[in-house]
Amino acid sequence: MELFWYIVLMSMLAIYVILDGYDFGAGIIHLFFAKTEKDKKAITNAIGPFWDANEVWLIAAGGVLFFAFPTLYASSFSGFYLPLIMILWLLIFRAIGLELRGQIHNKMWETIWDKAFGIASLLLALFFGVALGNVVRGVNLGNVVNGVSAYEAHYFFLPLWNPTFSPQAEQLGIIDWFTLLLGIVGVVALTIHGANWIIFKTNSDLNTKLKKVVFNLNFVLLALVIISLLVWHVIEPKPFHNFIKNPWLWVFPIITFTGLFGLFKVKSLKKHGLGFLFSSLFLFGGLTSTVASIFPKVLPSTNSINPDLTLYNVAAHEYGLSIGVYWFAIAIVLVAIYMTIQYKVFKGKMDDVGYGEH
Amino acid sequence: MEDMLFYDRMQFAFTITFHYLFPQLTMGLSLMIVYFKWKFLRTKIDKYNDAAKFWMKIFALNFAMGVVTGIPMEFQFGTNWAKFSELTGGIIGQTLAMEGMFSFFLESSFLGLFLFGEKLLGHKLHFLTGFLVFLGSWASGYLIIATHSWMQYPVGYEVLKNGKFVLNNFGALFSNPWLLPSYLHNQAASLVTSSFVVSAIGAFYLLNNKHNQFGKLFVKTGVIFGLISSLLVAFPTGDLVAKNVVKHQPITFAAMEGIFETEDGGSEIVLIGQPNMLEQKLDNKIAVPNILSFLTYQKWDAQIKGLNDFDKKNYPTNVPGLYYAYHIMVGLGTIFIGLMLLAMVQLFRKKLYKTKWILWSLMFMLPFPYIANTTGWYTAELGRQPWLVYNLLRTADGASPTVSAGNTLFTLLGFIGLYLLLGLLFLMLAGKIINKGPQLNQH
Repeated sequence: MELFWYIVLMSMLAIYVILDGYDFGAGIIHLFFAKTEKDKKAITNAIGPFWDANEVWLIAAGGVLFFAFPTLYASSFSGFYLPLIMILWLLIFRAIGLELRGQIHNKMWETIWDKAFGIASLLLALFFGVALGNVVRGVNLGNVVNGVSAYEAHYFFLPLWNPTFSPQAEQLGIIDWFTLLLGIVGVVALTIHGANWIIFKTNSDLNTKLKKVVFNLNFVLLALVIISLLVWHVIEPKPFHNFIKNPWLWVFPIITFTGLFGLFKVKSLKKHGLGFLFSSLFLFGGLTSTVASIFPKVLPSTNSINPDLTLYNVAAHEYGLSIGVYWFAIAIVLVAIYMTIQYKVFKGKMDDVGYGEH
Repeated sequence: MEDMLFYDRMQFAFTITFHYLFPQLTMGLSLMIVYFKWKFLRTKIDKYNDAAKFWMKIFALNFAMGVVTGIPMEFQFGTNWAKFSELTGGIIGQTLAMEGMFSFFLESSFLGLFLFGEKLLGHKLHFLTGFLVFLGSWASGYLIIATHSWMQYPVGYEVLKNGKFVLNNFGALFSNPWLLPSYLHNQAASLVTSSFVVSAIGAFYLLNNKHNQFGKLFVKTGVIFGLISSLLVAFPTGDLVAKNVVKHQPITFAAMEGIFETEDGGSEIVLIGQPNMLEQKLDNKIAVPNILSFLTYQKWDAQIKGLNDFDKKNYPTNVPGLYYAYHIMVGLGTIFIGLMLLAMVQLFRKKLYKTKWILWSLMFMLPFPYIANTTGWYTAELGRQPWLVYNLLRTADGASPTVSAGNTLFTLLGFIGLYLLLGLLFLMLAGKIINKGPQLNQH
């Protein structure tokens, strides 16, 4: 039962990253590449009707985490207190940036909310990469100092950084050079992903330029992925342990690299949706490979005193998990129906949807 | 430790108070928009569709505010109330996860279609999307109140040796006797807010002599919905909620009503007075003898336990706050019924649109349903203190063990600043929409 909910949770997170990921990416494109009012319109039209529903995946995944793995939810949300609250603030800025921009026609007003939307999107992409880095690196569970736990074994608290920015320090911080590296991977990957979505959903003049951006950034992404793999042993001496034990898990890295190399063909792709498919594969594969490498751990312990958090020692009780399957099955069918309707109505190019014009 | 708990509580209280200013309007307003749209489909008179479109703009703004301020609520269970989440997540996580899966997806998928899809969908399907948004928002309220009810009156659980609450009866979460009265009370109160807002904007137009056609429609619709919902808030829903409190949380009831001493021969109902915790009595009291006993048990001399009969360590943490919250709610609720009755009489005599003082009163009444809803929730929440899960888990034992007071104060100050900005933007944009008014024949 724990495994079932683990798969559900990871799938929901992957869907969230793919869906809201293109919103963040579109925001970053908006910040750096959209020069004219028409470009900006194209971008907000491409994500306008979707971002709100995409964000629901985060809330729903949070709900499933709370219900199925309450100890993990409690431990990680209190331990990563500051960055999580800051993510909330950024989500608020992104949302009001998008929604308020069109309410008043004034150059200054529009500039303020454009920047709020763009910068919040950029920082969110960075934070989510950093978050993934923190999960695989692990934390000092129990805040052990000199062999003594300061808190219960499954609680911890991380400051934003420690002075050394080292992932191997005894007292860790949220941001160190390793998590920051994954944060930058996140920014580059989501920028590519967002660009692919805009290419897919609009006929904007920006598209030719964006194809070049995707092509060039993909070299950066490939380099970053290689560097990450090379330094991975710093946080985990045996990163391929699980893959050697269960060879079928290689399917996840294969998906990642299919996506990554597929993206190099972006300039010659006939179907505009394919680029988006490739970057989705990359994100899906990257996320699943990473969590598969630490399975069944969900939050490793960096000290030898307190045990890792695994999906088995953080899960809720059997009865609740079993009964949840029934309502979840009904709910997910309904969600699939809503999404089909939503994407049917707003299918194809979105240039004329007139988002934010009141 | 004391400081940590204080800031955790302040942050939750502040963010939830601000958040609930928006859903209380959107839940009620969605029903009224569905009503306008339905009226248009039946009569084909354009003004109903124009009215629906006007209120959709207000709805969209409020909905966006509700969403962005709602996400922090779900996060804060984990960030600030980790111990509570760990111990009870297997139970309240059920209803909260269901809220995400059943109502947020429904609302968010169809809101976009509702706001942008009128031309694409035609009026009948457009009505349907509106109805689904209404359904989603009311389902959300239902699942939140189911969670709330479990905290007030825990059912269907057992406590393990390690202190964890585990669910052993899923159905009990929904047949909880606390749930239905609280839900209906809350939804009726939400309709009070939306009807008063609709009538206040209508009165504003009539008094300014602009958009008169809509001014009349809004005042009329607001008064009809307002009278019905104000009555429903008091009876039967409010009465049923109070009876639950008397039965299951008698100490809370005594504190709410300001009853310090158990009286033989029946208790009085306190209208005004200030709780004096030093001397355990009410100062400057104005009260009517025996009414409380009658309202509670339908017997003039029924005994109601006063605070003196309970152990001090189980007193609600903030007795005066609870007492004031409850009295403000009840006082305002009574005024709402009175004003709406008068307005209804004038409506029947076809004099409402010319009775200036009622229009002024309706317009100035706009903030008060928000105050009544807020103080109503304060009554429920302060009444549950010092417990998170009534009689089982103390608030002091539910906070995050590793988040220091300094960190919480930092984020609390951040939220205050950010929400101040959000509030100002909201007022500015709502003012702009209201000032522009409904547009004719836009369909």
